[in-house]
Amino acid sequence: MKKGEIVKISGPLVVARGIPGARMFDVVRVGKERLIGEILEIRSDLSSIQVYEDTSGLKPGEPVESLYYPLSVELAPGLLGNIYDGIQRPLDIIRAKEGEFITRGVEVEAIDRTKEWDFKPEVKEGDIIEEGDILGTVQETEIIEHRILVPVGVKGKVKKIHSGKAKVEDVIAVVETDREGEKEIRMLQRWPVRKMRPYREQLESEEPLITGQRVIDTFFPIAKGGTACIPGPFGSGKTVIQHQLSKWADAEIIVFVGCGERGNEMTDVLREFPQLKDPRTGKPLMQRTILIANTSNMPVAAREASIYTGITLAEYYRDMGYNVALMADSTSRWAEALREMSGRLEEMPGEEGYPAYLPSRLAEFYERAGRVITLGKDKRVASISAIGAVSPPGGDLSEPVTQATLRTVRVFWALVAELAYQRHFPAIHWLRSYSLYLDDLKNYFTKKIAPDWMELREKAMALLQKEDELQETVRLVGIDVLSPRDRIALEAARSIREDFLQQFAFHEVDTYSPLKKQYLMLRLVLDYYDLCIEALKKGTSLERLINLPVREEIARAKYIPNEQAEERIEKLREKLKEQIMGKGEEKTQEKQEVKI
Amino acid sequence: MGKEYTKIKELTGPLMLIENVTDVAFEELVEIELPDGQRRRGRVLEVTSDAALVQLFERATELGMRNLKVKFLGKGIQLGVSEDIVGRIFDGWGRPRDGGADIIPEKRLDIGGKPINPDARAYPEEFIQTGISAIDGLNTLSRGQKLPIFSGAGLPHTQVAAQIARQAKVLGKEEEFAVVFAAMGITFEEGNFFVQDFEKSGAIERAVLFLNLADDPVIERIATPRMALTCAEYLAFEKGMHILVILIDMTNYAEALRELSAARREVPGRRGYPGYLYTDLATIYERAGRIKGKKGSITLIPILTMPDDDKTHPIPDLTGYITEGQIILQRDLHQKGIYPPINVLPSLSRLMDEAVGKGKTREDHRELSNQLYATYARGIEVRELALVMGEATLSDMDRRYLKFADEFERRFVKQGEREERSVEETLDLGWELLSLMPKSELKRVREEYISKYGRWKEKVKV
Repeated sequence: MKKGEIVKISGPLVVARGIPGARMFDVVRVGKERLIGEILEIRSDLSSIQVYEDTSGLKPGEPVESLYYPLSVELAPGLLGNIYDGIQRPLDIIRAKEGEFITRGVEVEAIDRTKEWDFKPEVKEGDIIEEGDILGTVQETEIIEHRILVPVGVKGKVKKIHSGKAKVEDVIAVVETDREGEKEIRMLQRWPVRKMRPYREQLESEEPLITGQRVIDTFFPIAKGGTACIPGPFGSGKTVIQHQLSKWADAEIIVFVGCGERGNEMTDVLREFPQLKDPRTGKPLMQRTILIANTSNMPVAAREASIYTGITLAEYYRDMGYNVALMADSTSRWAEALREMSGRLEEMPGEEGYPAYLPSRLAEFYERAGRVITLGKDKRVASISAIGAVSPPGGDLSEPVTQATLRTVRVFWALVAELAYQRHFPAIHWLRSYSLYLDDLKNYFTKKIAPDWMELREKAMALLQKEDELQETVRLVGIDVLSPRDRIALEAARSIREDFLQQFAFHEVDTYSPLKKQYLMLRLVLDYYDLCIEALKKGTSLERLINLPVREEIARAKYIPNEQAEERIEKLREKLKEQIMGKGEEKTQEKQEVKI
Repeated sequence: MGKEYTKIKELTGPLMLIENVTDVAFEELVEIELPDGQRRRGRVLEVTSDAALVQLFERATELGMRNLKVKFLGKGIQLGVSEDIVGRIFDGWGRPRDGGADIIPEKRLDIGGKPINPDARAYPEEFIQTGISAIDGLNTLSRGQKLPIFSGAGLPHTQVAAQIARQAKVLGKEEEFAVVFAAMGITFEEGNFFVQDFEKSGAIERAVLFLNLADDPVIERIATPRMALTCAEYLAFEKGMHILVILIDMTNYAEALRELSAARREVPGRRGYPGYLYTDLATIYERAGRIKGKKGSITLIPILTMPDDDKTHPIPDLTGYITEGQIILQRDLHQKGIYPPINVLPSLSRLMDEAVGKGKTREDHRELSNQLYATYARGIEVRELALVMGEATLSDMDRRYLKFADEFERRFVKQGEREERSVEETLDLGWELLSLMPKSELKRVREEYISKYGRWKEKVKV
């Protein structure tokens, strides 16, 4: 076949002349080493190509060959448990083939072609099927059943259906279609990454994505099918939160995109996930996880693609009827990749050098999340929740990536460096964050957990708000001017912050709090406040209320094993009442002796 | 290879446009010969069918449009390596600077390096004892970690770096290790300080130095850290040594990059630095690490001076996003006479959780460090409060916090330049300081540790 030839090389941007029939976004192979690239711009005879690999050593005159299909991912059983680079090349296979360092022009298949799967048909010959119907299933991992769907655009009568062992490229069904005659269907399917996979209908969100993180679930919940962003300066714990979410979020499938981040962080995930148990099934978390790793030193253009690769894989599992959570760490690095390519294309820059289309690209990405009814006759309900980390330079939230993201997503978890300095983790600020899903999720919490869930939350928020105002006063005129009531409010707010909001990700129990425990803990802290206010009215001394011995136990309530939580927190509550009502006197004195 | 060109189209700053070239590769090394026989080096930055844009690594002085011979060498920038490289001093381009003979290379390596496959990385979890309490106690360094020092002009970062280089060791192990040191644009005195310090302690025997000093060519600085890391990769992953790489000063490096970017008329990002500064820094920093199945490791300590002590400046900011933590030196601690002036509050080591604990340092390490940290943070808050309202308004408890903060700085952070504290000494010192506080204030350590390691009893008896 006729090929084009390179006429210019500038970093990851290569210009080629004379690619026959060049089309926008087609994948091309560049140079003798056949580096992977994608056409970004066509001007008469010249095509600008973004190359996904290091271009040093390329020369003008080398050949460029178009593959005539857009950048796509392969979809089939065998995706789960894998670690891919930004353009879906399995890193473990690259390593086996090329050694510890990533070389160029590696051609490896994303999906193992040789592995045999046990295909169980769900349809029989003669059935009428349409796009999105389940043709059959394969047990992909111990916990996930992979559903093979009728590809988009296929409709007709099943002429043949396979049962039993099959490789991904084997024909598993033949469909007699109305317009295109007989069509062979294989497990292995392709989908262009920049194109959204279709669904039947989008739904409102009504269920939370339960994460086991108190500040998130209780204060700023995200819905299944929702979008959230975590902006924060470095060192504020973004990555730990992302890891916690991928470990504990109650989604069936997790796609984790490490986009331009640290290599050791991906190693950490790779090392930890196979050992971590999925809280619901007890099986290794890796069995429901796909990792996409394009670390900061890997080629910048593949970083741009990695986000799309990730969301397309997420959509594929959503279409099977699963709840999927996608984490992208960090979308700022993705935006920077976009900026770098834009600069090389000599486009007119927008704010801070970012291309003018940055906001629309971000919005397009987040729009691919959502709760939907999928294609297929059985109308499966499924969702993608997308959570993106943002790394604002200097922690400055007014920068373009953060601002464009905030306009799109509905939950904002504001990470604050000062909290991290105080070792308050997760460093999500209670006054600056928000969730727009509260109204949608109200029903779930009040019906499934406790009728007064929302009231408790509001009360806690009000106390924290009040604390902020009181602190201002304290700063100006000292704590002594505060009324006893206000002092108690301060103490209660401190308790909310330290005993409820602070959560230790590395503690075996505290790392995950079930909703019920979250509720009990918050109620306990607020009980303290209410009872103290009562007691103050009856003339109990402020000093005694502040130094109640039981408070130390309240502080440690988070470490109570989850299965004992209900019983033991209930007991603590009784103890709290007793001590406030006046039976705790002796212990208080004991404590003061220790202080000396 | 070997074809010479004489037709220069443009000379602008460090850039040179050459026309009518053929068979030139992207990032190829270029040699320019002046009429008097001087040679200069450059690298292809952009190439089209008939022209090449070359970035010069040295001054453009004396270059003209005529009488130049330009040769494309058919390879990228390389460093010749062999085991004899250890103990030598080179310039920023890898040429001997110590008067010794050239290295007879075992092989030549492209200095650009290749990214480590994330799947092949081994996680850093071996604790390195630096002998400095503020680091070992609260912000540990691990083998394979990249932990920068954020400093400011006039702060003693050279001393801190030299002290780490001198004292760093992995507990209970005698292994081959070496220091690779790269200087970018530092003064002769600073460079000399290191050389002498290494010579004095005998460390020079197991060190490789690459020095690009303040009066050396600016653009050469872009190659210097890559030279050092290529050398480190060779020693670590091929010769099985444990390498500590010190890069000083990354601010000068980034400025060289900005100069080049400006000359290319690229669209600038923040403060005039190129938009790809993050990616560029990452290709340097991410070369640190460990590899599964390989014995050696690269631990990286880049040092940078924050312009105006501003942590949000793009260089420290982007560095912090790539590295696994940061050690921050603070001016007011320095002015109080505290050496090393490490402010532990904004400092951080992301790999600490894996590096400390039972079997590594001591079981109470993690919790003790959290407690010290929290107590000191509160102490600092009180100190600020006292500044506004006067000490008289403080409660008793606040006073104890204030006292703790002072003592913590004076006894825990402060230590001698040649003082090497073992990690046990550091931890015990931490407990001793905590005994200034009532036990009930300690919420981050479990009681078991308080009774096992705490030092209250003696105090109460007294």
